[in-house]
Amino acid sequence: MLLSEAAAGAGLFRLAPLVIFLPLAGMLVNLALGRRQGERFTGVLATSAIGLGFVVALTQLFALQGQPEGAVVPLTRWIQVGGFQVDWSMQVDTLSVTMMLMVTGVSTLIHLYATGYMHEDVRLNEDPGRYTRFFVFFNLFVASMMVLVTADNFLMMFVGWEGVGLCSYLLIGFWYEKGAGGIGNALAGKKAFITNRVGDFGFMIAMFLTFWYFGSLNFQEVFHKAEAMGVAGAGVVTAITLFLLVGATGKSAQIPLYVWLPDAMAGPTPVSALIHAATMVTAGVYMIVRNHVLFDLAPFSSAVVAGIGAATALFAATIAVGQYDIKKVLAYSTISQLGFMVAAAGMGAYVAAMFHLVAHAFFKALLFLAAGSVILGVEHGHHATAGHGHGEHDPANDPGAHALDPQDMRNMGGIWRRMPVTFVVFLIGGLALAGIPPLAGFFSKDEILADAWLENRGVWVVLTASAFLTAFYVGRQLLMVFFGKPRTAAAEHSHENRLVITLPLAALAVLTVLGGLLNLPGLHALTDWLGETLAHVHPTEFNLRVAATATGLGGLGLLLAWIAYGRKALALGRPDPLKRLLGPVFTGMENKWWVDELYQRVLIGPYVALAGWLAETVDGRFWHDWFHDVVLAGSFQKGAGWLAQRFDLDVIDGAANGLGSLTRAAAGRLHRLQTGYVRNYALAILVGLLLMFGVILLIYVS
Amino acid sequence: MNVPVMYVIGLASVVFTIGVVGVLIRRNAIVAFMSVELMLNASNLALIAFARSIPGGDGHVIVFFVIAVAAAEVAVGLALIVDIFKLRHSIDVDEMSSLKG
Repeated sequence: MLLSEAAAGAGLFRLAPLVIFLPLAGMLVNLALGRRQGERFTGVLATSAIGLGFVVALTQLFALQGQPEGAVVPLTRWIQVGGFQVDWSMQVDTLSVTMMLMVTGVSTLIHLYATGYMHEDVRLNEDPGRYTRFFVFFNLFVASMMVLVTADNFLMMFVGWEGVGLCSYLLIGFWYEKGAGGIGNALAGKKAFITNRVGDFGFMIAMFLTFWYFGSLNFQEVFHKAEAMGVAGAGVVTAITLFLLVGATGKSAQIPLYVWLPDAMAGPTPVSALIHAATMVTAGVYMIVRNHVLFDLAPFSSAVVAGIGAATALFAATIAVGQYDIKKVLAYSTISQLGFMVAAAGMGAYVAAMFHLVAHAFFKALLFLAAGSVILGVEHGHHATAGHGHGEHDPANDPGAHALDPQDMRNMGGIWRRMPVTFVVFLIGGLALAGIPPLAGFFSKDEILADAWLENRGVWVVLTASAFLTAFYVGRQLLMVFFGKPRTAAAEHSHENRLVITLPLAALAVLTVLGGLLNLPGLHALTDWLGETLAHVHPTEFNLRVAATATGLGGLGLLLAWIAYGRKALALGRPDPLKRLLGPVFTGMENKWWVDELYQRVLIGPYVALAGWLAETVDGRFWHDWFHDVVLAGSFQKGAGWLAQRFDLDVIDGAANGLGSLTRAAAGRLHRLQTGYVRNYALAILVGLLLMFGVILLIYVS
Repeated sequence: MNVPVMYVIGLASVVFTIGVVGVLIRRNAIVAFMSVELMLNASNLALIAFARSIPGGDGHVIVFFVIAVAAAEVAVGLALIVDIFKLRHSIDVDEMSSLKG
């Protein structure tokens, strides 16, 4: 029945909501039962929830075969205020299904890997109780991403947008009591969250503008109206797209909001893979592609997007060269590669952007997970040499045990012999990242470069330079980690991980090798596929000159890396060979060009000072001490005091007491009239009578 | 023979004044009492005089009322005086001032 419906197409679209609800259900069940049922239950449940999500995404793929223009699957009416209405309905088209497949597919592998990785990690970190929490967040992350991806309106997309932001906060700060000063990781989570909020603010302003100008938040409606408006709406569309770009720079870690992503390495490694390869950081690129109609109408915004993407690609690549942390190299690499995608989106090469997004998800997830495998191996080696197995580790009795940083590449070396599977997959991922044919990264990056060659030579130069640097730092990383002699005992005693960890790595490696087939030059499957959704796409011709240049530079980068790090392997404690060669430039790369310090000085410092001034002086001394205490409370007290003293005591009580004493005084005087002598009374009566008669007589006479 | 009303009224006034003065200046309770009787009789006299000169019998009736009330008053008043005398061995009204304020 399913197959016959697949032929018909339409019926299968009704399954689309499951792609959100399955991860959500996995999360809820784990939340309720996970802790009691144990690790196996939690891991299997979480992984299969995402895996079933992938199956749902596959059904959508089948459905689209019969109805390539896609469908809108209404779920419920969400908001209706007057004429304004937002439905909770899902846009199932080739673009969103591409994302669904990529996100759920890669996430399933990451989940599977995480079941093994977190098992080791929670033990090495002496915290087995957190296993369930981790997977609850993980499933929620994917569910949020699905909301974002399937949204057919800005508001629903924003819900997912915020959802992934929240989950990144929860997961980056997963070891919240670890890191510098016991709060380092919590601060990293906070930084990611706040930096993203800055971007989200741009997204929100874009939404407000959209609603204000077009009266709707539905993508299709807005697009139609914007297109119909033409030149008249150019200004507002430019503003909207620029604000959308601000949002994208936050999520997709572009200049100037990329600073959260390297710090986000504080989270467990599967988190890095999930956030930095498959889900969150792709959101910005996806959002720009989803709004391609608006960006096409705003050439200025598109140019800005392309410029920012290219600048980010090069800038982050230079920093990646100077890093020693195995994951931070990859983090800056992610920023750089996202720069490629954003630049492509800015040049209107949406297909190339999506192609690189998908390919990058494959090989960057692979690299992150392989790096995690290396870290685990080194940690195991370290624990083995420190003289005890895992689980019985007590840092209180063994202060030196954690002195070794298992993520510092300077502590590694020669690992390929110890961890052959990890080495092979890391090599595949690294070569794909370096753009070596025929791996996925070569084709996707090359398509961007070919488009840049046609659209914008300046961007092409910058991106090609970035590609060269990419190859160099990939080579540097590979050589530092896997080749030469082990520089520490931990590296020497590292060993390969279990199958549950290496299997997803192998799967991702296969995807990395074959990913280029998605949009192989000449076939252009992805171009045709996305062309159903994106207007005006055209297959990018394979440009031999561009490809040869990029590949040649990539090879040169690897060669230079080998000359610097491979010929004579880095010895323990020796400075990086580049330091001698580049001097202060390398110091800048090492220190990330002091951007964090610059932000600290230019933005955060003054902001904190201003906040302090506002709190201390304006709020504290002026508002609280002076206005509330002196003006309000003081005058009230004074007024109340006056009323109590002058008015209540003096006037009211005075009147009452006065009346009393008057009566008393009068009584004191009058009681003497009561003499008790009968004759006095009789006389008084007589006098009174005479007076009465006198008065009556007077009236009578007159 | 007809005595003019004014003569009788004049007599009544004199008798009433004597009664008033008696009440005011005499200390003896019994004499004061007798003076009250004088005033009552003076008013009775005036009522009779008017009743005779004005047609209708209302004045006579009121005189009977006054005589009846006076008789009752004497009975009560004398009883009081006798009691006070028993208590104080005096009927001087100036000594009976225990009700002063």
